[in-house]
Amino acid sequence: MNGAVNAIEAAGLTKRFGEKTVVDNVSLEVRQGEIVGFLGPNGSGKTTTIRMLTGLLTPDSGTGSCLGFDIVREADQIKRNIGYMTQRFSFYEDLSIRENLEFVARLYDLKPMKKYVDATLARLGLGSRQKQLAGQLSGGWKQRLALAACIMHEPRLLMLDEPTAGVDPQARREFWDQIHQLADEGLTVLVSTHYMDEAERCHRIVYISYGKVVARGTVDEVIAESGLTTWVIRGVANGALADELRRQTGVEQVAQFGTTLHVVGSDAAALRAAVDRYAGRPGLEIAPGETSLEDVFIRLMSQHGEVR
Amino acid sequence: MHMGSRIKAILIKEFIQLRRDRLTFGMMVGIPIMQLILFGFAINTDPKQLPTAIIAPNPSAYTRDILAGMRNSDYFRFEDDTVTEAEAEEGLQRGELSFVVTFPADFGRDLVRGRRPQVLIEADATDPSAASNAVNAFSRIVDDALRDDLVGPMAQEKRGQPAVDVVVHRLYNPEGITRYNIVPGLLGVILTMTMTLMTAISLTREAERGTMENLLAMPVKPVEVMIGKIAPYIGIGFVQVSIILLAAYFVFGVPMMGSFSALFVGLTAFIATNLALGYTFSTIARSQMQAMQMTFFFFLPSILLSGFMFPFLGMPNWAQWIGSVLPLTHFLRIVRGTLLKGSDLWDILPNLWPILLIFAVVSTIALLRYRKTLD
Repeated sequence: MNGAVNAIEAAGLTKRFGEKTVVDNVSLEVRQGEIVGFLGPNGSGKTTTIRMLTGLLTPDSGTGSCLGFDIVREADQIKRNIGYMTQRFSFYEDLSIRENLEFVARLYDLKPMKKYVDATLARLGLGSRQKQLAGQLSGGWKQRLALAACIMHEPRLLMLDEPTAGVDPQARREFWDQIHQLADEGLTVLVSTHYMDEAERCHRIVYISYGKVVARGTVDEVIAESGLTTWVIRGVANGALADELRRQTGVEQVAQFGTTLHVVGSDAAALRAAVDRYAGRPGLEIAPGETSLEDVFIRLMSQHGEVR
Repeated sequence: MHMGSRIKAILIKEFIQLRRDRLTFGMMVGIPIMQLILFGFAINTDPKQLPTAIIAPNPSAYTRDILAGMRNSDYFRFEDDTVTEAEAEEGLQRGELSFVVTFPADFGRDLVRGRRPQVLIEADATDPSAASNAVNAFSRIVDDALRDDLVGPMAQEKRGQPAVDVVVHRLYNPEGITRYNIVPGLLGVILTMTMTLMTAISLTREAERGTMENLLAMPVKPVEVMIGKIAPYIGIGFVQVSIILLAAYFVFGVPMMGSFSALFVGLTAFIATNLALGYTFSTIARSQMQAMQMTFFFFLPSILLSGFMFPFLGMPNWAQWIGSVLPLTHFLRIVRGTLLKGSDLWDILPNLWPILLIFAVVSTIALLRYRKTLD
């Protein structure tokens, strides 16, 4: 494979479970060396899409390839060449960290095994805990073990399914530093998440809702394309004021952060008119704000499905 | 809040869960039906229609009367009209015959002359209970059959003793010791239970603990998973075998005639088949609980229809058919044959190939059932 081939290419992927279409005509391109964030609410089809790309599920229609291997016909080669980190911790809790890694090394036929395992333990700082049983580890350490296990065979493509769910902020930050370091070394990463701060650490994002891709691009592009404007109201803002604002024409979202309200709308003029009515109120300070990715996603969610 | 409502809460939850757990529900209904059918219809502690060979070089009217009497008694079913001594011997050895009845060449003449000719009945007594009723009935059948023939001066009453001297040879277990039959059988029963259970939970455990997705995502082939999961237990199986055989020899005094190489071959095939069977259960079951239920469901007919507890040949045909599908049925013949009858590899062959066939079928199902994807 040369640099011209995308690490992941998928067109029209569709998967139905019974009556329900879980993934609907999803197309995806991930260039080599890119970190792409795969975003969407729970049950939007992120895991199903990733499982199709790893060859764990067979798509009902559509085609795709990972590292140039067809996801249906060449699933075996895909399994050998990519690293996949499952959403649920899926290593053996009654085996130690080292034993788990040795198991994986043997499955991938990595030789000499000891060298690979030692190097991986050192790389992720697991050396001092290598004799601990995986079942006794905290969420952050389990996730580190899982990452260790899926990069040990030096894959060129990594798929991570909500890798940081239930992990504390510091461990999350360290995890992302690892991901960036791996990407610098040329690894391509597709990572699903619903943390906005994590989305902002990706080169590009793809947003999926009810099985359909509804937005894609860099974070700035996605925000710009949404056409949303945001005003920030500081002061004695409270729930009652928020409810009042929600009823105004032009206001589409109101989110409260402590004593601050973020007011968002797609019609800039109407939104301006709505917030201007509160300009004279004592104690309120009104200023234009920056639209966040979260605002965009909440808007996308309400546009593309019933309100949850 | 009072107790009633809390009890009701638990009660309703239990009912909902029970209703969703179809297999448990099925077992609640299925086990009593299965037990009723098996105990009610299949099991017969007074086995009839046992395969019998007759060696009668010079059949007379008296011989025919005795044979008719045997047939009418329902205990004996004649295989072939004429067999040679060697064929009869092999039939007993392989467990295809239960009895061989031999009339001397000049039986009719000696009978008429009042010389009390001998009739030899050889019984496969590895299972004492299967043979005893028929053997006990045999003398009476002979007497009854000849009563009408021997009238006047030949009448038995006149002579004060039976006209025929019935000689009984209880082969392989002359003293009729039950444990000689039970203890080797137990070897098969214990292996059936433990080996099947060991592998039955192997894949469901992966699925329940969430490790299955990872296993599927890594480059390992179904047949590699299967062999890797079965192989260790073959070793464990042989540890069990050693314990049971040592106890059988030293504690229970079970005779060990050999051949041990035949026994070893039979054991290997049998252990592997049970492990493959358990593994197949684990590809079908959705939880460890279900896998264990399936194992139990399989274990029940294995005990009842294999010839372990009740004579195999005493069961009706349909039950023998079901029994023939169970590996234990064939293994029991191998283990009893090798330990009690001194069978060699050639003798166990008729019971070895069914086990190998079951192994092949079950392994194929397991490999087909093993899903390479999560679909």
